[in-house]
Amino acid sequence: MENVILLRYGEIHLKGQNRPYFERVLQSNIEKALEAYKDVRVIKAQGRYFIENVGDDPRIYDTISRIFGIISFSPALRVAKNMEDIQEAAELQLKDAIDAQGGLNGLSFKVESRRSDKTFPLTSMELSRTIGAHLLRKFPGIKVDVHNPMVTIHIEVREWTYMYHRIIPGAGGMPVGTNGKAVLLLSGGIDSPVAGWMISKRGVELTAVHFHSFPYTSDRSKEKVIDLCRILTGYCGPIRLYVVPFTRIQQELYQKCPDKMLTLLMRRFMMKIGEIIARREEAGVLITGESLGQVASQTLESLSVTDDAVSMPVLRPLIGMDKIEIIDMAKKIDTYETSILPYEDCCTIFVPKHPLTRPRLDKVREAEALVDGKELIEDAVANAEVIEVKE
Amino acid sequence: MVNEIYLDNAATTPVHPGVAKAVMDCMMYTYGNPSSLHRLGLNAEKKIKAAREQLAFALGDSPDSIFFTSGGTEANNLAIIGTAMARKREGKHCITTQIEHPSVLNTFKYLEKEGWEVTYLPTDNQGMLDPEDITGAVRPDTVLVSIMHVNNEIGSVQPVEDIVRLVKEKGMSPVIHVDAIQSFGKIDLKPRNWGIDILTLSGHKIHAPKGIGALYMRKGVKIHPVLWGGGQEKGVRSGTENVPGVVGFGEAVRWIEQDADKKYLYRLKGILAAGLQERIPDMVINGPAPEKGAPHILNVSFPGIRGEVLLHALEDKGVYVSTGSACSSRREAISPVFQAIGAGKEIARSAVRLSLSYMNTQDEMYRAVDIVERCVNELKGFTRR
Repeated sequence: MENVILLRYGEIHLKGQNRPYFERVLQSNIEKALEAYKDVRVIKAQGRYFIENVGDDPRIYDTISRIFGIISFSPALRVAKNMEDIQEAAELQLKDAIDAQGGLNGLSFKVESRRSDKTFPLTSMELSRTIGAHLLRKFPGIKVDVHNPMVTIHIEVREWTYMYHRIIPGAGGMPVGTNGKAVLLLSGGIDSPVAGWMISKRGVELTAVHFHSFPYTSDRSKEKVIDLCRILTGYCGPIRLYVVPFTRIQQELYQKCPDKMLTLLMRRFMMKIGEIIARREEAGVLITGESLGQVASQTLESLSVTDDAVSMPVLRPLIGMDKIEIIDMAKKIDTYETSILPYEDCCTIFVPKHPLTRPRLDKVREAEALVDGKELIEDAVANAEVIEVKE
Repeated sequence: MVNEIYLDNAATTPVHPGVAKAVMDCMMYTYGNPSSLHRLGLNAEKKIKAAREQLAFALGDSPDSIFFTSGGTEANNLAIIGTAMARKREGKHCITTQIEHPSVLNTFKYLEKEGWEVTYLPTDNQGMLDPEDITGAVRPDTVLVSIMHVNNEIGSVQPVEDIVRLVKEKGMSPVIHVDAIQSFGKIDLKPRNWGIDILTLSGHKIHAPKGIGALYMRKGVKIHPVLWGGGQEKGVRSGTENVPGVVGFGEAVRWIEQDADKKYLYRLKGILAAGLQERIPDMVINGPAPEKGAPHILNVSFPGIRGEVLLHALEDKGVYVSTGSACSSRREAISPVFQAIGAGKEIARSAVRLSLSYMNTQDEMYRAVDIVERCVNELKGFTRR
């Protein structure tokens, strides 16, 4: 009898000819995510992965729950295909379920069997019935409920027999790396990590770009962005983070351009720098955490002015979400507590008192021409610090 | 690598090399538990005894008046909660000031929640108490008066000797606690001569490591412990002694008593204050005039320049200072000290604290003046419109 974890994957079933490729990427992602757990083996089976040599570190379940492409997983017992072993494992599983429920009182259960090995002497129905009857004998006081059981003991008869009662939801989505690469503009606030997470969930590999305005922001705020990246790597794998010095650009804009356009102009510069880095990284799109109407630079008019700065598509997965929904997601993916750390941000000096909400593109372009944008951008990109963030 | 000029000594100080050596030796060779019966235990006990004597000598009282703690915060908690608990049958009123360190202020806030009444005395715009205010606030049920000697943010020095005398003249006998964490080693302190009952100290402000502090308690004063356990430090503070920390504290005190010239800090501060005033005329000094405040603390504002922006610009050039308040988009709290001295928002936001130690040099002061001037001029162009 051995402890294993059974992983289920979903959407990649749909991918027809590409399926072997998706499966290979997913297997490699699982293996990388579990690198820290010594001796663990990932085995591919029909429509499933099995993790063997699980060990007793409970954090492995958290790690698995963050791998994109896995729909759900179950800690399972693997036994030989004979009734004695199956009965014994069923007892253990039910006992575990009883402990998890906090007692046997009034507990209802059913047994559900599947048989991919059709040479097994009992049919699925017969197997369920036999094991159910055995459990009723062993645990007086529990009852069978086939419609609404509190506990379901699953039995899968394959090359071995697998038994489990817990089905833990996975992160869903598609294996990272199967859908190309994107550059995420990462601010350190609540929104942008969520935006990156959402796109990465669809199989996209991330490169992050952070704009650093020393001395208006400090090394601690940079550290915070690295921490956010580190949380994201749990889902997306290693992330290359570009920390781009942005102070000169802000100061030039502040001195030469109309006050009310400062934020918009800054956004345009960020986009342009993001695009250059994306090309260097062979990424085809940018991701931002913008949500429609949240601030002046995120009105429809402002967003089209920002879009105009680049020729690459800009993905804005949060565009239709309310702040409260974004916060809920940030909490779910564990970035919220880091995002709200109050490290100082004195860039408010560069925030206009009365920003434009309905900017005109021609006026913004005119204002932008007041600074030597090309030189400023080249200088910023040339001085970017590159940090490889791994878990 | 830029040359470091460390001017944040009121936050913490670098460990003195001699202290570091003593601590290292202690960790390597005198690792016994002082409570153990064997020779290694005795050796550790002897080390603690020597350090205790060193502190007692510096304060002018006997070694049995010194109790080691994990640091200044614990010493302040123990002094305040320990006294309040020991004397709660005699009264539940305490007096302190509006400019105390959080380890005192928040301990009193806790006592208030537990049913004590606390009077928080105001200061003038230099951060100075009026001793008459204290005697006016003392009541028959006042069991504790807690006054900080040197304020950590602006360096105002309270006339504790006068305060104690006035309180005693009134015929009242509250316990008098003085938080001397910023003053110890920099200003002469004679608690027994001055009639102070409890004095609290911290090691890392005077070149000892972090994690060690002490409580001076005049003979006859009784407090309740806050930590319960094996009864170390005569039951006042249970817990296995931090022997390396204690040794480091003792060595730091020995070094200061023997080698440090207390006037030296004033000379450094004078160079810094005069230099900055001359080069940056619109600089504002917060708190007392340089010659009246503590010898190691200078708090100044450069109106229009946010304190932490200047702080980060300075760190880029190797100069390390502190600010009073943190500039975050959501929370912009002005420190209670700046509220107490009636400083406006603009002054509080632009305040930076430069604090010195015996390990700074005159040359560093001249260089710091140059660098501050340069940074201030660079940042002047970028203020919120």
